Amino acid sequence: MGSATSELPPASRTPLRDTAESGLKIVVVGGFGVGKTTLVRSVSEIRPLNTEEVMTEAGEGVDRIPVSSAKNTTTVAFDFGRISLNERLVLYLFGAPGQKRFWFLWDRLFSGTLGAVVLVDTRRMEDSWYAIDRLEHHKTPFVVAVNRFDGDHAYHSLEEIRTALALPAHVPLIDCDARVRSSGKDVLIALVDHLHHLARERELTA
Amino acid sequence: MTRRPVDVGDPDRLYTITQGRSRADAVAFDLVTLIVAECEPSAGQQSEHARILELCRHPTSVVEIAAELSLPITVVRILLEDLRATGRITPRHPRVAASAALPDSALLTEVLHGLRNL
Repeated sequence: MGSATSELPPASRTPLRDTAESGLKIVVVGGFGVGKTTLVRSVSEIRPLNTEEVMTEAGEGVDRIPVSSAKNTTTVAFDFGRISLNERLVLYLFGAPGQKRFWFLWDRLFSGTLGAVVLVDTRRMEDSWYAIDRLEHHKTPFVVAVNRFDGDHAYHSLEEIRTALALPAHVPLIDCDARVRSSGKDVLIALVDHLHHLARERELTA
Repeated sequence: MTRRPVDVGDPDRLYTITQGRSRADAVAFDLVTLIVAECEPSAGQQSEHARILELCRHPTSVVEIAAELSLPITVVRILLEDLRATGRITPRHPRVAASAALPDSALLTEVLHGLRNL
């Protein structure tokens, strides 16, 4: 048996504090290349990691590992990062593809998520329609963040974007630059502010 | 970023790792459930179990374990169930229940604080 020191995890891994006791989730959804991983990276305390989940498309067996004979299996990959909020709370940020097959796994992977950020590229706004529709269906609170890329020549105002996305007035819509840490942080604060507002409203009317 | 291939290409190998089991209890191990090892890895243990015990000397989330082991989430949940059944790990469950519609405002205030202090 190897000695304890030879079994230390690689230096690239930053472990959590031993006091960490509760994980929280926020999901960033958006089309391919919209900057989900960039946003996760800019605010994460670890280098974003990648993992996958497998599913069979037959509804009954959604949480089965595919057997070699099963052809109708699909994998959903997602990136994630991590933010230690204090001694006890750890926030995980998941960058998830907005495509159809991903939503089959929503309940299994992302139930209990605090809320979601829909990241939008103004050159491909139609990529966001489906994600917005699904989040509304799952009753997951969300904000929409417009990732302003360099050379966003056809600059659309937030009002124009709200109209194009048919976004209700109560859903916060903000600009961001996913590459910039402070901007990514502002997006998360906008989401949690929104969630806090919703929670207070509910608590006052309860 | 780290983008290692996740081992989904060989279902037979996954079956070997889980000894033929293919179902996991998603409720028992949320993606962000933090796992803490209660003992050191021991000789003769299945290598995946040993790896998990090494990783979880400090609290480690289910999703981080999956990424580190390059295994699908379901496989990791099955392995964790083995370790829990024999008392070798303790899960720290998320405070926000998967069934809860919205977390309470006190928790969200704490989250806001944490984010503003980044």
